[in-house]
Amino acid sequence: MSMHKPFAITLDVGSSLANHTGSWRTSRPVYVDRLPPCNAACPAGEDIQGWLYHAESGDYEAAWRVLVRDNPMPAVMGRVCYHSCEPACNRGQLDQAVSIHAVERFLGDEARSHGWRFRRDAPRSGKRVLVVGAGPSGLAAAYHLALFGHEVEIHEAGPMAGGMLRFGIPKYRLPRDVLDAEIARILDLGIALRLDTKVHRILDSMRAGRFDAAFLAVGAHLAKRTYIPAGTAAKVLDAVSVLRSMEGAEPPLLGRRVVVYGGGNTALDVARTAKRLGAEEAIIVYRRTRARMPAHEFEVEEALQEGILIKWLATIREAGDGAITVERMVLDQHGFPQPTGELDTIAADSLVLALGQEVDLSLLEAVPGLAVEDGVVRVDTGMMTGHAGIFAGGDMVPAERNVTVAIGHGKKAARHIDAWLRGTTYQPREKHQRADFARLNPWYYADAPQTVQPALDILRRQSTFDEVQGGLDESNAMFEARRCLSCGNCFECDNCYGVCPDNAVVKLGPGLRFRFDYDYCKGCGLCAAECPCGAIEMVPEAI
Amino acid sequence: MSTQPIKFYQTDTFTVGNRLLAPHERSVQADPRRANALNCGHRACQGCGEALGARYAIDAAMRASGGRLIAANATGCLEVFSTPYPETSWQIPWIHSLFGNVAAVATGIAAALKVKGQGDVRVVAQGGDGGTTDIGFGCLSGMFERNDDVLYICYDNEAYMNTGVQRSSATPPAARTATTAVHGPEPGNVFGQGKNLPWIAMAHGIPYVATATVADLRDLEAKVQRAMAFRGARYVHILVPCPLGWGTAPDETIRIARLAKETGLFPVYEAEYGEITRTLKLRKPLPVEDYLRPQKRFAHLFMPEPRREVITRIQRLANRNIRRFGLYEERPWDAGALDALRSGSDA
Amino acid sequence: MLRQMEGSRAVAEAVALCRPEAICAYPISPQTHIVEALGELVKAGSLSPCEFINVESEFAAMSVAIGASAAGARAYTATASQGLLYMVEAVYNAAGLGLPIVMTVANRAIGAPINIWNDHSDAMSQRDCGWIMLFAETNQEALDLHIQAFRLGEELSLPVMVCMDGFILTHAYERLDMPTQAQVDAFLPAYEPRQVLDPSEPVSIGAMVGPEAFAEVRYLAHAKQLQALERIPALAAEFKRAFGRDSGGLVHPYRIADAGTVVVALGSVLGTIKDTVDELRADGHRIGVLGITSFRPFPLAEVRGYLERAQRVVVIEKSLAVGIGGIVSTNVRVALSGVHLHGYTVIAGLGGRAITRKSLAKLMLDAERDALDPVTFLDLDWDAVNRALQRERETRRSGPLAEALLRDIGMVGGRIA
Ligand SMILES: Cc1cc2nc3c(=O)[nH]c(=O)nc-3n(C[C@H](O)[C@H](O)[C@H](O)COP(=O)(O)OP(=O)(O)OC[C@H]3O[C@@H](n4cnc5c(N)ncnc54)[C@H](O)[C@@H]3O)c2cc1C
Ligand SMILES: Cc1ncc(C[n+]2csc(CCOP(=O)(O)OP(=O)(O)O)c2C)c(N)n1
Ligand code: SF4
Ligand SMILES: [Mg+2]
Repeated sequence: MSMHKPFAITLDVGSSLANHTGSWRTSRPVYVDRLPPCNAACPAGEDIQGWLYHAESGDYEAAWRVLVRDNPMPAVMGRVCYHSCEPACNRGQLDQAVSIHAVERFLGDEARSHGWRFRRDAPRSGKRVLVVGAGPSGLAAAYHLALFGHEVEIHEAGPMAGGMLRFGIPKYRLPRDVLDAEIARILDLGIALRLDTKVHRILDSMRAGRFDAAFLAVGAHLAKRTYIPAGTAAKVLDAVSVLRSMEGAEPPLLGRRVVVYGGGNTALDVARTAKRLGAEEAIIVYRRTRARMPAHEFEVEEALQEGILIKWLATIREAGDGAITVERMVLDQHGFPQPTGELDTIAADSLVLALGQEVDLSLLEAVPGLAVEDGVVRVDTGMMTGHAGIFAGGDMVPAERNVTVAIGHGKKAARHIDAWLRGTTYQPREKHQRADFARLNPWYYADAPQTVQPALDILRRQSTFDEVQGGLDESNAMFEARRCLSCGNCFECDNCYGVCPDNAVVKLGPGLRFRFDYDYCKGCGLCAAECPCGAIEMVPEAI
Repeated sequence: MSTQPIKFYQTDTFTVGNRLLAPHERSVQADPRRANALNCGHRACQGCGEALGARYAIDAAMRASGGRLIAANATGCLEVFSTPYPETSWQIPWIHSLFGNVAAVATGIAAALKVKGQGDVRVVAQGGDGGTTDIGFGCLSGMFERNDDVLYICYDNEAYMNTGVQRSSATPPAARTATTAVHGPEPGNVFGQGKNLPWIAMAHGIPYVATATVADLRDLEAKVQRAMAFRGARYVHILVPCPLGWGTAPDETIRIARLAKETGLFPVYEAEYGEITRTLKLRKPLPVEDYLRPQKRFAHLFMPEPRREVITRIQRLANRNIRRFGLYEERPWDAGALDALRSGSDA
Repeated sequence: MLRQMEGSRAVAEAVALCRPEAICAYPISPQTHIVEALGELVKAGSLSPCEFINVESEFAAMSVAIGASAAGARAYTATASQGLLYMVEAVYNAAGLGLPIVMTVANRAIGAPINIWNDHSDAMSQRDCGWIMLFAETNQEALDLHIQAFRLGEELSLPVMVCMDGFILTHAYERLDMPTQAQVDAFLPAYEPRQVLDPSEPVSIGAMVGPEAFAEVRYLAHAKQLQALERIPALAAEFKRAFGRDSGGLVHPYRIADAGTVVVALGSVLGTIKDTVDELRADGHRIGVLGITSFRPFPLAEVRGYLERAQRVVVIEKSLAVGIGGIVSTNVRVALSGVHLHGYTVIAGLGGRAITRKSLAKLMLDAERDALDPVTFLDLDWDAVNRALQRERETRRSGPLAEALLRDIGMVGGRIA
């Protein structure tokens, strides 16, 4: 029926589109991406939020693929990484941080059980790169270099790949099948691994193998010592050797009562290993207090649960036969331990020194241009040593010593090596502004305390090398992933699309996010105020 | 691998959308094909809660009716900003007759549809708090009593906004309006006994009554959808903050509505046939001060000196709501939160 | 078919024959019998489909009619007096929106003092509301006008008010010719709205219009009424062909051709006036009558045509424009602009006061002698009025201060006395 509508009183639908209310605006909303604090805190430069996003929807392979863009060993990392991302996590200010490492581990384990493999698409560059050391740093560098299309050869002094992952970190924290699988997947990219191949003179090796560049990641394997008067019958060992011998045929003989000297993670690992080897007593002697212990709190906690004893504020004066003498310390006003002169005796069959490691730099002798400082090799921001074409990373360069840093170095070095080989320089993307908690609208996030990872029962923890920490099951992992606030980056919650009183937000479809229709946006700012993750910024209009 | 169902959705239903939900569980407003019944180009102020609430509600009704919907509108901001000649923002059949008669007009429409055998077409009447609680009250009560097949939606911005912010019977105590000046011993609106329209609607025993705010879209949509499942008279009362009248920034509209609910000042609940069937619990009880402070209409409660006794009186109103509607169930992590609110008041 | 029946019942049945789809009912004398009868017809199922809605006020009655009409239903209501005033806002609105609602107004006085009896104050208060206003002279005409009203209103998309004198017509029993359903169906096609609320063709009805177009909207309303001036006689002629009766039209002239004195009136009083005129004519007085059926639109040309040759015009009206006098006469005078004759306004029958043949005869004879006041109040009890005025003058305590002062110093004494 066609209507002869009354003039002016009756109007046709759609007519208000002629009224461009955008002209009212004094500031405009703009979509931004911000750097989530977890990503910012990850030494390996993982896009944590990026892979959690896929895990949230249950697309674990997609999540894993985003993860391995930066880190080829999620199953390992989910277990041994000290996760500096988690204290940074904004969710910590709401309830507790997202258990990022647990989800990472879940993804790594999913990848193993599904046999997901890396894809090597880049064309061959024809360049050859030598990687020295098959620790995490060397493996990471090799992986990235291979993905860039370079031919990579790893020379490893030891009989197996993994570095400290294998010869330091005990099995109960990192089962070896996990490690083996992730190393194998990396090598599958066509990387040549030459075991029992210690590099003595780096320049020689490079010349011999006609390598265009080298990445050194030899770690820090020389145990630091301290002078302790010891009787002839005293059994004094160093932690690295003890742990290394755990990988050999013969477990080390430590006796019934083991004293470990030191306060780092290595000390804990040795003590816990001793316990599992049958020691009735495993005592850590440390010269400061628990609060000042460099070891991570959670590891101290686990050790205590397993019955490890810790003697705080004590130094070892003498190691005798079957006993050691310790002196009690007090902290001065600066927090330094000062001797008190009061002595104690502890029965001990062996003393293990866990006082840190130094780098064996012998392979660098006679390399011109190199600078060594405090026992480590100086590198520039592109991880290159003073000698052009020779790069280095991991424990052997000045940085925090952990797996994640090592892997991050490997990635970073690979990018610079790639650029260097192509005669260019690598320009890292400019970092987004930080997504601080204050920018979030936390109202929108559901209440959800952190999921607790299952732990092995205490008896088995004291007698076997079974893995202590269990993994999350799928629903828990998904739950945990979904606790992510997606700080600073749109996760398509549709809030802006919904809360706009002027329908001035256009929804572009899954994965494509949104667009503002500035013809109608009045600039009220509701979208920005109600964006849960702070991904909208109000920018003043130039009027 | 566990097959335990996953019930946690990151932002749950707090956000408008949630890509993690199955499509049929998603909100109307998240749908790129939503009706946009109140389209762009309307002349509501920046951040207008009423414009937002109207689109939320009518789009939900559009989905529930399969797009077969007619709306009648009382005079007021919504009408004025949406249909100034020569432009209309409505995309649905819509009529404006008068300020005080919208419920009756809707009754007439419903009657016509019934006679014509167009039972599939549904009728919505909508108006502001003035048009609902004051001048249109007689027609509304008549519509309720006859149980006419109309969903009435009141957009409550707690004053006559269109005429420049005068007091209505929905204006809260102490609020400044153009006709409740900040003078004398009781500055702002008086502490009357209030005119609780949802409650009055329930007293009519009509099939469905609900309150909602623009701060909780999913709840609002669920209520409109539920309302549309009934035949007969239904009433949905939506709190829609007005930046102009309340003296808030345009980007605070939703936050203020949320605070109204979370302080207990605006209880959110639903009722069927006169009996309350569900109340929306407070997520975390907040002091009324959090709600009052950002609003210029309550500025005199804080300047030059805080008027503690007035704030306490308002807190008591909130506490009464919390008690009367059972708005709060303490959870382990915020134990004692309610007691903190009660202290200093004799509620 | 001829039947002896009450006027209200007849109107109700005629309305029912028009197949209204929504009827809004609210009680007020003397209209009540109409909606009662309709309610009964709906309830009994003889008027179907139709929604009979017992509203809570006249304001709601008109509002429900507005909604129903806008949604495409033929809508009807009836009211009177206070009820009409109570719905005024909606009355104007229905006209402004161009909704062809038909409403019976059973004319009654307006309080205070409250009075349930007949006069035209209620309808006259709405003379500018935009509705077409038809005044029935007899119950037969009242019945017929409703049938024409639906047709007229729907053709033009304008609401139509059919005014009939309360009690005098509504409660009178007479022999009336009630048409058949077939006859009415043939005359009155189904309602085809000019605009309708329809989800398949959505429009926004009732926009806010500002200065840029408001005058045009109002002019168009006026223009529609001017169209009605053509349609009303045409429909009356068509009605006559179909039903065999003269009913409706713009004006009813009676013995007017040679009249030196013409009496003008609306509604049922015309019967008494005609009887009186017949009497006086028998005595040789050249007196004629002009009944106005369509008060809105006002048939200026027809009125002028019938009156311009007379020497005097006496407008007898059942309403008072307080402070000036007549309403109908003012309208008549517009029709006679530039014509020289004597014009008299006679206010009669207020609040149900009987208008007797005797009084009318005297009035007409006085008029013939030009011995009437320009504004004459028929049968006014001057004793009562003067006593009251006198008492007020004496006992007034508080009058306007300035006036009292002036009176004291003798400046306005002459005027007040
Ligand atoms: C007991 C212990 C526990 C630890 N636990 C953790 C932990 O839980 N989480 C964490 O993040 N970090 C931990 N760390 C630190 C972490 O293991 C190291 O920071 C990390 O392994 C350093 O990696 P990298 O590749 O630089 O060196 P490494 O892992 O040490 O690897 C270096 C590799 O180079 C080889 N190599 C050395 N010299 C030569 C040569 N001349 N030619 C060829 N090959 C050579 C070595 O055999 C070795 O395989 C722990 C360390 C120890 C000792
Ligand atoms: C009968 C009548 N009285 C007064 C007005 C003036 N008027 C128009 S809109 C309005 C205020 C509307 O207030 P409310 O219903 O609360 O709606 P809001 O504008 O606040 O959304 C008033 C008083 C009118 N249009 N009609
Ligand atoms: S005055 Fe208030 S209700 Fe009216 S349009 Fe502005 S913000 Fe909306
Ligand atoms: Mg209001």
